[in-house]
Amino acid sequence: MAEVEETLKRIQSQKGVQGIIIVNSEGIPVKTTLDNSSTVHYAGLIHQLVMKARSTVRDIDPQNDLTFLRVRSKKNEIMIAPDKDYFLIVIQNPSD
Amino acid sequence: MPPKKPKSAKGSAGGKKKGKNEPPPEEKPDHPEDILPMVLTSVTQELFDCRADEDVTAESPYKLLQTEDIIQDIKTRAGVSDFSPVKQIVLDYPDDEILLVYDRAFTYGQLFYLVLTPEAKDRILNPPEPEETQGESEWEVCRTPESKEWISLGSELEIEEESVKETREKLLYKFSRVRRELGKPVSFSDRNTADAKDGNLGFASYEDSRFSIKLMQRDCGTQAVSRLQSSSVQTQWKFPWNKSTQYAPRELSEEERKDILQSESLKNFCNLVTPRVLQALQQEEIMNVFRDDWMALGNGPEAGDWSGKDSKGLMLHQAFTDHKYTKDRKISSINWHPTIDGVIAVALTVEKEQNSEELTTSDIRPSFIVFFCFSDPSHPQLLLESPGDILAFKICPSDPNIIVGGCMNGQVVLWDISAHVTYLQRPPPSGKKDSLELDDNAENVIPTVRPCAMSTLENSHKGRITDVKWLPATFEVTRTGEPVENKQKMSVQVVTCSPDRTIMFWDVRAPKTVSQSASDSSTVDQTEMTPYTVLDTFKHLGRTWRPLLRISLLKISTKGEYTPLKFNFEPYTCDGNTDEADEKDDRSEILQYSQLTVPSADALTALPDVNTKLYIGTEDGEIVYTDWRLEKDDSGQVHFPKPLHCFRAHYCMVNTIQRSPFFEDIILTAGGFNFAIWKEGVIEGPIILSPNTEQVCTVGCWSLSRPAVFFIGKDDGSIEVWNLLEQSSEPVEAYLHVTNAKITCITPWISSPKQHFLAVTDELGMVRILEIPKKFFVPGRTERSNVRKYFEQDKKRLLDYLQCEEMCKKEKKESEKLKKKTEPVKPVPTLQEIDDMELKEYRDCLTLEENILKGMGLWTAPPEIDDI
Repeated sequence: MAEVEETLKRIQSQKGVQGIIIVNSEGIPVKTTLDNSSTVHYAGLIHQLVMKARSTVRDIDPQNDLTFLRVRSKKNEIMIAPDKDYFLIVIQNPSD
Repeated sequence: MPPKKPKSAKGSAGGKKKGKNEPPPEEKPDHPEDILPMVLTSVTQELFDCRADEDVTAESPYKLLQTEDIIQDIKTRAGVSDFSPVKQIVLDYPDDEILLVYDRAFTYGQLFYLVLTPEAKDRILNPPEPEETQGESEWEVCRTPESKEWISLGSELEIEEESVKETREKLLYKFSRVRRELGKPVSFSDRNTADAKDGNLGFASYEDSRFSIKLMQRDCGTQAVSRLQSSSVQTQWKFPWNKSTQYAPRELSEEERKDILQSESLKNFCNLVTPRVLQALQQEEIMNVFRDDWMALGNGPEAGDWSGKDSKGLMLHQAFTDHKYTKDRKISSINWHPTIDGVIAVALTVEKEQNSEELTTSDIRPSFIVFFCFSDPSHPQLLLESPGDILAFKICPSDPNIIVGGCMNGQVVLWDISAHVTYLQRPPPSGKKDSLELDDNAENVIPTVRPCAMSTLENSHKGRITDVKWLPATFEVTRTGEPVENKQKMSVQVVTCSPDRTIMFWDVRAPKTVSQSASDSSTVDQTEMTPYTVLDTFKHLGRTWRPLLRISLLKISTKGEYTPLKFNFEPYTCDGNTDEADEKDDRSEILQYSQLTVPSADALTALPDVNTKLYIGTEDGEIVYTDWRLEKDDSGQVHFPKPLHCFRAHYCMVNTIQRSPFFEDIILTAGGFNFAIWKEGVIEGPIILSPNTEQVCTVGCWSLSRPAVFFIGKDDGSIEVWNLLEQSSEPVEAYLHVTNAKITCITPWISSPKQHFLAVTDELGMVRILEIPKKFFVPGRTERSNVRKYFEQDKKRLLDYLQCEEMCKKEKKESEKLKKKTEPVKPVPTLQEIDDMELKEYRDCLTLEENILKGMGLWTAPPEIDDI
């Protein structure tokens, strides 16, 4: 538990990070630094997006797999690092 | 059965007999009178051959008995005979035969019954007559119909037709053999009919036309069906679907969460994923990968449309000079005409350092303000005559035909060129033609305008007027300096300043008491020829034009007054609701200045939010910030306001104070060897102070289109272009030797979006119009905000620096105190030593300051301090 906390702290200390969410494979948030309603909102939507992205990548080449997904918008950037059982969502405000 | 029956017959007979005897009335209805049921013993039955079921059966129950036999039986057996009860009947019986019926069914109660009367016998023997008689009667009717005569209905014809009759006699052929062959055997043989020629005669069948029947008409059944039929069917929607869904997110319980957080897999996941994420985050921070460089490139001034003749330097567009009027004269001030394109007015002075007041009397050539037009570079279009050299003049912003100028002798002069404006608007070709045709007279007939009004010498400044400005049309000032609303929406007041340490406010409208004295007609010549007429726009001012308000600038700390050379105030823009009224007024009627009068101060509403503070540049290089409103003392006495603060930024005379056209609170001042940029409100000093340069900065002006660019003119005739966003310590571009002499004035002008001009004048009377290269007038997209930010930063820097300085001083003091404390026993230093020490300390402080400034990148020359 402490390791996880430490990792989160490291990520949080980066410049511009607005929030971090760890979500399990079903899309249920496990750990978060945002408030509950936003967490749940993000988790639900991003889970679907990641599933779609992953299936796209694997469909094109079954040997391939998704390693990282970045969604850049006008106001901020959402970074998603998927894994077999969990994914990590980080929302950052880019410096420019 | 048979053996039983007789027993039963007997039994029953016995019984029956008894029965018969007992209820005789009952038996009577059971059988009719002519029938007598009786019992016959088996002996009797054998005697008479009427054995039950042998001789007589159910099918043939009738037996006719001879009466004689019966009588005989009776005689023989007497009482034993069964017939004894009926003896008498039998004797009386008429017939010979008596019927005995075998009554198997016991209809009359006994097995046999005797039919007593012959009628009955007949009746029974013969088939039931009553029933059959009716049927027979019917049949009788059917069987015996009467024969009718035959009526011919045509059937005999048909019969005849069909019957076969002989149509002729039968032919008889007799074949006989030849006599000699009679008796001999005959052999017959067969012969085919086809062998002989006429063996057979064939009747082929042929189609007889009588028998072909054409079908003339056939009946068909049709059913009409409509071509288009619409029908509708209602189906039941059996498939359910969601109309709305309400859902709540799935959440993990606390325990589950804890479990997961402590699980190994999560740890591994975090370790695996963190480097990627950190890399991405840092990447984001470092650089914006999605920045479109091509688009961003378009912001630079080089981009846009490359016309091909993009000049790197200030291209000389035109140069104006006139040997008669402008040559060898120092140009003191230039102004672009605000409405007419391509017209410049220049004011010329003769370079005379002393005795400026004597110019009016010892005037060799009258002084003029010369108007040049782009179309005619060598001849001025219009001249404005003035009593003395004009050092500063300005065109009225509300009415470009009114020009006010300040003289060397302290007078304020007004011109109205409305009558002569047409000369300025002359189109180029005709202008040239004119000059060719009227060669001799052309130069003589340059229209000259005399001043409409002049202030009196007594009421004017005592010294030369160095700066003149119109108050904007948005407000005006009362006698006490209070800004009030300007109902006429025209610029009606002028502010002048002079090194006689005063600032004066003038009103061009008629004073309340209009006293048109007859003696003022001398200055107005209405009978002269066209080029020399003077309009009487300002006739009302007459000879008694006096300033509205006079302010003298007291020094802050010391006694005496400042000597202002230039001043600047914030242009006040009024509220939106009056802007429409403004435009309306301009279009509907342009009030004539001659008709304007000064309204009473009470009638106008005060405008409290007007910034009544002036920035004044003095002869000594100080920038003074003061209020022009007269202050009221406690005792009710009105006296001049004290300046708010003063700062010595320049070495000597300040020659430019100009507000940035983009930011209302940024002011550029130039004088001495440097220039400074001030932010209104920051009282500590200029936010930017340029480093000292070798040449004197003679003039500075902001660019009209780029917030960060300004031009500085130098003593040696070069122009420096500064861009605050690019470099703040040296000019971006320096154009050397633009002119041969000291540059006296620079004014930019936008004639078209693609062409920006810079009018540069010099000491030798040349006016040069230079074209500003595109890079200096095309603003960047975010330039304005960037410049704003830059100024903010500078302000902060200044404040920080000052704070730092203070801290420094404090520290120094404290360290000194400490020193004193730690070393109480010290020989008292002599006065000289004290002085030396102090000097040394001061020098140390200076070096410290230098170092700090160098560290911050804001190294400037140390300002002079009066102490030393």
